[in-house]
Amino acid sequence: MVGSLKRRFGSGLEALTYLGQNYLQSDAALLPELLQNLRDEEQFDYCVDITALHYPQRERPFDVIWILYSFPKNERIRVKAQYADGAAVPSAVKLWTTANWLEREVFDMFGIRFEGHPDLKRILLPDGWKGHPLRKDYGILQQDQAWVQINLGIESGQ
Amino acid sequence: MNDPTSGVTHLDIDAKESTFLDSSELILNMGPQHPATHGVLRVILKLDGEKVLGLECVIGYLHRGVEKIAENRTYAMFNPYVDRMDYVAAVSNGLGYCEAVEKLLNVEAPPRAKYIRVILTELNRIASHQLWLGTHALDIGAMTPLFYTFRDREEILKIFEKYCGARLTTHAFRIGGCLYETYDGFEQDVRNFLDFFTPKIDEYEELLTTNRIWVQRTRDVGVISGKDCIALGVTGPVLRASGVKWDLRKAQPYAAYKDFDFEIPVGTKGDTYDRYLVRMAEMRQSMRIIRQAVDGLPSGPIMAKVPKVLKPPVGEIYHSIEAPKGELGYFIVSDGSTQPYRVRVRPPSFVNLQALDLMCKGQLVADVVAVIGTLDIVLGEVDR
Repeated sequence: MVGSLKRRFGSGLEALTYLGQNYLQSDAALLPELLQNLRDEEQFDYCVDITALHYPQRERPFDVIWILYSFPKNERIRVKAQYADGAAVPSAVKLWTTANWLEREVFDMFGIRFEGHPDLKRILLPDGWKGHPLRKDYGILQQDQAWVQINLGIESGQ
Repeated sequence: MNDPTSGVTHLDIDAKESTFLDSSELILNMGPQHPATHGVLRVILKLDGEKVLGLECVIGYLHRGVEKIAENRTYAMFNPYVDRMDYVAAVSNGLGYCEAVEKLLNVEAPPRAKYIRVILTELNRIASHQLWLGTHALDIGAMTPLFYTFRDREEILKIFEKYCGARLTTHAFRIGGCLYETYDGFEQDVRNFLDFFTPKIDEYEELLTTNRIWVQRTRDVGVISGKDCIALGVTGPVLRASGVKWDLRKAQPYAAYKDFDFEIPVGTKGDTYDRYLVRMAEMRQSMRIIRQAVDGLPSGPIMAKVPKVLKPPVGEIYHSIEAPKGELGYFIVSDGSTQPYRVRVRPPSFVNLQALDLMCKGQLVADVVAVIGTLDIVLGEVDR
């Protein structure tokens, strides 16, 4: 599988293994085709999870991670790509319907935009909330005081 | 009609403009405080008469930021928090987390610990399915099963209480194995429970399986195909009831599951009745696993050699288990310090809930309640 992917996508793709688990480190530019290829050619028909990591000191601070599983092959793979703050990540909703809520959660928690998502809005936090809590610069006690005061009628949620 | 004093021009039935009487679409809000939503789930229904045209779930009312908390706790300190996600299957949550961190640390729990883990996890699966059955039947209008299942679930909770002191949020396992050795008479208690519970499942089935009202309320309700399940990422009993024979305990065995002989029950139609049958069969299979595990319980240590301060090497791991609701995954990233850089929980309830829209389209309002019940969601896990 790695061979055929390498042939098709060239040097922008790196196949790595850690603790027996395979993952692909990919250039962000390859992304929409790579996911499409994994689903159609390599039979990764189940998108287990989409999530992100935040490294604030890096030039492109976000890692977006797709965890895929193939029912026919009983195999898992992770795809990882780096994105700058504010960059648009291609949405995978057209490939796997399940990506809808998963991408909304990543948007909610990290503020990463997914291009082509049918209805990108917050899912766990209230719509008017300011800030994205899973970013590293968001403190554990931090909250949107203004939202709390207006909507809950209390001084502070702490 | 053209008389300006009549004042009823807006009721002219020949008028081309639509009036409020023409409109047959209705937006109905259900929840977040509603007894049939199993917690604080809000569903906005778009109805045509009694028919559901579409719906939208509003979630997040129980959001506690579990993933954020994890980044500010050490690996061991975060362990009790995972019990609070799916609080009716706390043991499964703990198993998934402990195994994920163990993989990251490159340690393996000793065989005895693995067997104890399997026994408790499967007991918890039965307890979770019992709670599901009781509440699901109550939603549909059968009250008696609730009392039966809660009466029998008590026996499982008693075993948990004797083992680790807690009944619901057990924190039964530690990273590296189990903290507690089994108490005197543990094996006997488990065997007694199995003997006690075998006729009880038959009793549940007598109440419901051929009950005409039950069958009419569940047959062909909330049908979802195996293909749709895979596209939507739906796992667990819902996927299996749609005919996909996939169970992580078999597909990618963890703990000691490869030692045991058991079947994966599957359905054919993927309706609410099939999901009921699959879960009933799963309880029987769990009992089979528990019996084999108790009979073959090895002796030896229950804790692997684990350093007092856990500092996994830099790296990341995804580990998932078959929780009672579906695939429960943990994606943990370590930066080499005592605290995880990131813990991502892949919650089965959250992903399964996304299928509600598809399953309810074209059904009646009363069936929405049945479908929410049959998805077996726990809002603590949906919102985390």
